[in-house]
Amino acid sequence: MNGVQFTIAGATLTALGSGALWWAEQRLLVVSDLHLGKSSRIARRGGSNLPPYETRDTLIRLENDLNGTNAATIVCLGDSFDDLEAAEAISQADRLWISRLQAGRRWVWIEGNHDPGPVDLGGTHLAELPVAPLTFRHIAQSGKSGEVSGHYHPKVRVQTRLRAISRPAFLFDSDRVILPAFGTYTGGLRSTDAALSDLMRPEARAILTGQTPRMVPMPR
Amino acid sequence: MSQPGQLPSALENWFASRGWQPHPHQRDMVARSNAPCLLLIAPTGGGKTMAGFLPTLADLATAPHDGLHTLYVSPLKALAADIKRNLRTPVDEIGLDIRIEDRTGDTSATVKKRQRADPPHILLTTPESLALLTSYPDAPRIFAGLKRVIVDEIHALAESKRGDQLFLALARLHTLCPDLRRVGLSATVDRPNDIARLLARHPDPCEIVTADPGPDPDIAMLQSAEAPPWSGGGAAYAIPAVLEQIKQHKTTLIFHNTRAQAEIFFHNLWLANEDSLPIGIHHGSLDRQQRERVEAAMVRGDLRAIVCTGSLDLGIDWGDVDLVIQVGAPKNVKRLVQRIGRASHRYNAPSKALLVPANRWEVIECFAALQAVREHDLDGDPLGPGPLDVLCQHILLTAASGPFSADDLFNEMSRSGAFLDLDRATFNACLDFCATGGYALRAYDRWQRLQLRADGLWQLRDPRAASQIRMNAGTIQDIDTLKVRMRRNRGGKPLGEVEESFAASLLPGDTFLIGGKIVRYEGLRQMTVEVSRNAARKPRIAVFSGTKFSTSTQLSQRILRLLNNSDWSDLPAHTADWLRFQQSMSRLPEPGRLLIETFPRDGRENLCVYGFAGRNAQQTLGLLLTKRMEEMGLAPMGFVSTDYATLIWGLDAVTDPQPLFDLNALREGLDGWLAGNLLMKRTFRGVATISGLIERNTPGKRKSGRQATFSSDILYDTLLKYDPDHLLMQITRTEAMRGLVDFARIEDMLTRVDSRVDHIRTPHVTPFAAPLFLEVGKVSVQSGSAEERLLAEETEALMRESGLAQMSPSV
Repeated sequence: MNGVQFTIAGATLTALGSGALWWAEQRLLVVSDLHLGKSSRIARRGGSNLPPYETRDTLIRLENDLNGTNAATIVCLGDSFDDLEAAEAISQADRLWISRLQAGRRWVWIEGNHDPGPVDLGGTHLAELPVAPLTFRHIAQSGKSGEVSGHYHPKVRVQTRLRAISRPAFLFDSDRVILPAFGTYTGGLRSTDAALSDLMRPEARAILTGQTPRMVPMPR
Repeated sequence: MSQPGQLPSALENWFASRGWQPHPHQRDMVARSNAPCLLLIAPTGGGKTMAGFLPTLADLATAPHDGLHTLYVSPLKALAADIKRNLRTPVDEIGLDIRIEDRTGDTSATVKKRQRADPPHILLTTPESLALLTSYPDAPRIFAGLKRVIVDEIHALAESKRGDQLFLALARLHTLCPDLRRVGLSATVDRPNDIARLLARHPDPCEIVTADPGPDPDIAMLQSAEAPPWSGGGAAYAIPAVLEQIKQHKTTLIFHNTRAQAEIFFHNLWLANEDSLPIGIHHGSLDRQQRERVEAAMVRGDLRAIVCTGSLDLGIDWGDVDLVIQVGAPKNVKRLVQRIGRASHRYNAPSKALLVPANRWEVIECFAALQAVREHDLDGDPLGPGPLDVLCQHILLTAASGPFSADDLFNEMSRSGAFLDLDRATFNACLDFCATGGYALRAYDRWQRLQLRADGLWQLRDPRAASQIRMNAGTIQDIDTLKVRMRRNRGGKPLGEVEESFAASLLPGDTFLIGGKIVRYEGLRQMTVEVSRNAARKPRIAVFSGTKFSTSTQLSQRILRLLNNSDWSDLPAHTADWLRFQQSMSRLPEPGRLLIETFPRDGRENLCVYGFAGRNAQQTLGLLLTKRMEEMGLAPMGFVSTDYATLIWGLDAVTDPQPLFDLNALREGLDGWLAGNLLMKRTFRGVATISGLIERNTPGKRKSGRQATFSSDILYDTLLKYDPDHLLMQITRTEAMRGLVDFARIEDMLTRVDSRVDHIRTPHVTPFAAPLFLEVGKVSVQSGSAEERLLAEETEALMRESGLAQMSPSV
């Protein structure tokens, strides 16, 4: 696996270049903010008809990571669907695809601010999931330790000697890790934003996603 | 009316009372005022606008009219305001009871609403505001009784999507008002017939009236004590000479090619302005009130000079301008001639102009441009077919105005010059895109944007979408900008706008120039850049958005000929020396050969190709060559192109450039690289915005938080992967091939060159290559080896320096 290892609260985790997080000891794969059905939600609300391929693209990438890790458990950290109606609007073919991915493993949907209720798909629906020593929830809570969350879609900008490069990124310190958004139709929030820099300890680091994930001190 | 072109007595008397005679072309326009379509070609200062309005005034002087009589469309808001002022005087003096109003993006909502309910006799507007007006359900009532439409400065609109949008709006107007007469007013152009074809409502003809072009301009290069620098665009060396010229003339317009250059020049001009001559600045990034103050001062004759950009390019009548100074190479002979015309306040008096090259490369370009002006050799390219993204936007705007029939809309559009060859299948594809998104995967049956009703008409599914469609109307590509204000308790004075990327690079305490003031960056508050006055420090320079022009093909070829004319005695000595310097250090580009230089600089390797193929083709060459270099493992990182050369930089040196230029390999690579590169993404962004797929970034939207929006690049990548033949991808490719790619000229050039490639390796940058490093518009080559190598270098260094590498458990 192409990844960077780090430890929080005694658990050793691997940040994958795809934006997924792998907990080898538990054979547990975490992804956040899939935003499936985003294009259909935008259309429903009177916006334009965006290319309706983001669910397909996101599932292809998720399938790659599931195949690569052979995970026993998958945790989707919330905002898995752009809203609950978008979840209902997922096509029959995509539903079958998701059930295929669910076969033979435990699947947990954590609730997010976009998808605060259960969805009509297999798997367990939870507000948060504790797996000692870690807790999986959508939005980070200050003061907690051993926390794995998403929500913010963090991205990081690195000024190299010749060019600035900006990519979705994991942010972590000794207490928590915040995952980048995994969904295809997602933007990002710079790590320099107060929402993120207030949350993370001064020695926090970031891991940029991409072909080869790389660690940097978290820009603030 | 006895003789052709005779005006009603009230108007004839007015001319007589002023001791004036209408020009022959003005009478001609009156005599032919019943023609369905008329195009007037006249030089600046030739009373073009009056010629356009005379038939209207004659009409209104003869018979009273209820509601809108004449619609005037100009490319500039300022021009609409200016015409309102200039038309008021004769109308009042003649004693006509006519209401004249303007309607632009600057008009208040209250006035706009009132204008829709109670339109004036003459409405002065812009293509964007007109497109919006036609999108209201009450458009038939607003335009009821409309007789004439005047398109001013049509030459400036004809070559842009703004023009295509305007001509579609005219087609719609014509359906509402079948008796509409169209008038186009154009500066001197190389192809009047092309413009007439755009303006006409086919198959009705468009007649052309050509005015006497007047005497040749008095034009020369500014003589200055100091020589222009090797590179750069500031022309600071010429400040004393320019000040001297301002003193010797009544009013001087000082044109610049970019806003940033205008700011720097203005700043330097004031530092040297010991006599405190009143000099103002005017460009499109300045706050409207600032611009209006300068315009008003100019009209009163209070200013001795204005430092300006293209925002003053078009026919605003400033009265007593007696000198035009062009700072920087003019890039295009036609526009230079039009700018020079601004100094001719009297028809039939030669206008006076001076060219100020900013660096030595521009000396050659200015010299070639002077030759071309003297030889009346105007430049221009044939116009292409109307762009489909504009057509899509027009369909959506039509839908916003109410239910429509596809057949009627198709017939209406295909009478417009730019869409004369539009076939029904293409139109249907555009309609399908507007309705469903037009994807291979049918996904929006329930959420179509447009729905076909039982009666065969199309309508918006969600009526609320109309206001969103209007908000996205327009074809001007905006770069994200932020407002700049003085920091005060309750929102200080607005100064103008800067690009968002520039604002993001500012740290508190940094200084930059805007509106001629040095200001200190204090912070960002609610998407506004807050600044304070600061005169002490040397400013950083604001990066403004603004049109960048490319040197025309004809002018580029002229320059190449000039270089190979061994007699440089007509050139200034410093420039001739520079050519000799290049000749000795490397060599001069020659026709039929291709000069390539390679040299190291600043930790990277550079390759410079002197193709003289024009900016677009050089740009394409840059894309193709970097693609090939990537394949060959040469780690290219980016390139920049001018009309003459392309400079590519990367991590490794090219030792044998010949294989890079294999025409067949380049052609094979064309499709592949087109798909993946940044220029395509940039083009796609424009196409997707205009066609209504993505929304413009409005300030209100941006406040809601960045993680909610995602970049259009993601949509491009998604379509490329799953729906590469989608309509927008086709439009993007067509546009890139026509505008940015220009592959034919690369083929021409390489065929002429054959295998005559001259590779020169130098230990450092050459005299000809140096200016390229200062060019704006650098293109980064994405993906690949260079990015990974750089990121590895930097991330390791950061971890090491911060001490975090030791803390990290395992990497």
